[in-house]
Amino acid sequence: MTTAMVEKYKAFYRLLNKTSRTLVDRRFRQQGQCARGGSAASGLDHRPDAVVEQRVSYLGCPKRGLWTSARASLPSFVDGGFARDYPMNRCRSFGSVAGEIQRSSKFATLNSDDVAHFKEILGERNVVQDERLEAANSDWMHKYVGSSRLLLLPKSTDEVSRILKYCNSRCLAVVPQGGNTGLVGGSVPVFDEVIINMALMKQVISFDKISGILVCEAGCILEDLISFLDNQGFVMPLDLGAKGSCQIGGNVATNAGGLRLIRYGSLHGNVLGLEVVLANGDVLDMLGTLRKDNTGYDLKHLFIGSEGSLGIITKVSILTPPKLSSVNIAFLACQDYLSCQKLLLEAKRSLGEILSAFEFMDSVAMDVVLNNLDGVRNPLAPTAHNFYVLIETTGTEESYDKEKLEKFLVGSMESGLISDGVLAQDINQASAFWRLREILAQIEPFVYEWTSNHRGSISAEHGVGLMKANKIFYSKSPEAVQLMASIKKLVDPKTILNPYKVLPHSLMSYS
Amino acid sequence: MKIMVAVKRVIDYAVKIRVKADKSGVETQNVKMSMNPFCEIALEEALRIKEAGLASEVVAVTMGPKQSIDTLRTGLAMGADRGIHVEATGDLFPLAVAKLFKALVEIEKPGLIILGKQAIDNDCNQTGQMVAGLLGWPQGTFASKVVLDKEKQEVMVDREVDGGLETVCLNLPAVITTDLRLNQPRYATLPNIMKAKSKPVKKYTPEELNVATKSDLEVVEVTEPPKRKAGVLVSSVDELIDKLKNEAHVI
Repeated sequence: MTTAMVEKYKAFYRLLNKTSRTLVDRRFRQQGQCARGGSAASGLDHRPDAVVEQRVSYLGCPKRGLWTSARASLPSFVDGGFARDYPMNRCRSFGSVAGEIQRSSKFATLNSDDVAHFKEILGERNVVQDERLEAANSDWMHKYVGSSRLLLLPKSTDEVSRILKYCNSRCLAVVPQGGNTGLVGGSVPVFDEVIINMALMKQVISFDKISGILVCEAGCILEDLISFLDNQGFVMPLDLGAKGSCQIGGNVATNAGGLRLIRYGSLHGNVLGLEVVLANGDVLDMLGTLRKDNTGYDLKHLFIGSEGSLGIITKVSILTPPKLSSVNIAFLACQDYLSCQKLLLEAKRSLGEILSAFEFMDSVAMDVVLNNLDGVRNPLAPTAHNFYVLIETTGTEESYDKEKLEKFLVGSMESGLISDGVLAQDINQASAFWRLREILAQIEPFVYEWTSNHRGSISAEHGVGLMKANKIFYSKSPEAVQLMASIKKLVDPKTILNPYKVLPHSLMSYS
Repeated sequence: MKIMVAVKRVIDYAVKIRVKADKSGVETQNVKMSMNPFCEIALEEALRIKEAGLASEVVAVTMGPKQSIDTLRTGLAMGADRGIHVEATGDLFPLAVAKLFKALVEIEKPGLIILGKQAIDNDCNQTGQMVAGLLGWPQGTFASKVVLDKEKQEVMVDREVDGGLETVCLNLPAVITTDLRLNQPRYATLPNIMKAKSKPVKKYTPEELNVATKSDLEVVEVTEPPKRKAGVLVSSVDELIDKLKNEAHVI
């Protein structure tokens, strides 16, 4: 990280400081609903060719104060009408998303026959048009708000298949939705796409204690899987701050990395099989549980990271590593970025097989975290340091690992790589260190917005979603993107699956 | 003035406890062990008193099997000056611990003893009180604030009691047990961890201290509390009354 970038960070921090109060509140308090600025989508249904401004607004609300609980009036279920009367919130808008996207006229509009049909497939209870629709229409940071009028909750692969078959025949656009914890607007409708939420498909189908292979439905919440495996002596190969809400299907669809990537690798390595429903309703059963299967093309990799644009994942077969008892965490301070890099190299060399996480944050990030979250303290207070590193080791022998870690840390301190550090002495202290780091994930989308407005470069950390759909050329060659578009057209010819996202609009035939 | 602090090695507070299949106790194999949280608070308070210049030395004391030395090392890493390890296998009940403490006090002659109010494994809340009783010293338990007056040789302790806060004034030497809100324990910093390696740890056995640790208490059985049953939806008020009367026996 150059001085220039550090300066950018500092400037950004000053910008963020004015509105930073709201960041954490939104995630951790979830009180009421702030008045939301909607896109002028209300006019959409009867003026399909009107230019619609996709407003990406950042909402500022008082910290502990008066949350205006704006109850949006229920979308009136009349063709072409969508009555809504909450006040537009005059907020800062970041406007990164290509400015204006039009709702594609080739997608049909929902009508009462459609709803009746879905009720036939799913039953009355799982066809939702009440206030739950509001939450489903918005991502959890309230940056992206859609105007879907229908939320479906299928309970089985067969129901998903029948829903998609119908939507495909009617050319109704759909958004597959999991825990809705994404940071790039990939899990919420852009306009009035039908939301298919996988929350009710949360069964664990099987678990093999010998191999550690878990087969489960896509709606299983990551934290629930972690608890389940905990009882068996195993652990999920991925871990993220959002684990209390995110679903494994969404994790796979976004190829989520998380905190343990350095130890267990990416989902491309850990997922052994998938069951996917394609746009036309066909169920693709690739739910193998073999560690190695070299027969034909390995199709599941197409769907891992496809962000819901090639098919809806309904079941996942994943390899889980055994739970190791001895976990140690250290929180360290470095003087400069070069030391951090050297520290990573040294950690890999000295800690070797027990290294399970290496996370990094700078002083500005630490300030933002400390100022916005209650009950956290800087483990290395009162001195402010330039850079902070969190190192975690996971192994089998408590005393051996601790000794190894202490030796590495003491050595690093003596050689000047680290200027200070603390070692967590119990699980509570360890969680406190992790909290500092996990909170940071919430701030990242705003940093992206800011740096992209200042011609910064795009990272592929959180997927492409809506936020970066048109920016994919920054990191992939035109030929590669062209092939992606061809595959998309092959698998989803009517482009009903999660439209406007992932691939650049210029290559899709939306209009 | 010397301060003695008791620290105990217990199953980490955040671990999910499992009862052994033979019901003789709780599963401790391959389970993370750490310092009792109340003991951390006790040690933190002792260190703060020392840093305020009111004490000369903080001695951390632990009693238990060989592995208890890890907890002692944590205490030294937090800043204690010396450690004492009374190595004893087998269960140590509070009375035995208190007697061992009395023996150590006769050797070390501290001016203040600070313990955690209870250990999170047995929740006895007895050791501090027994130590005070055996020594004939005043005690301030459930301390949420401790203010030492060196000249007057007394200590003011705010105790958290059911009715609120009670302030007692104790003549030194005294025994204090700490409650949750007393302070927030510090982290073990690397420089202190390095220093801790060279801090002396003295070992004793109960025999050397002339204390019989055999207890009159015997743990007969350890079982889990009954699992919470799922709620039942009733379809009418009559059914509700019937259940309340005949199943729950509350009306």
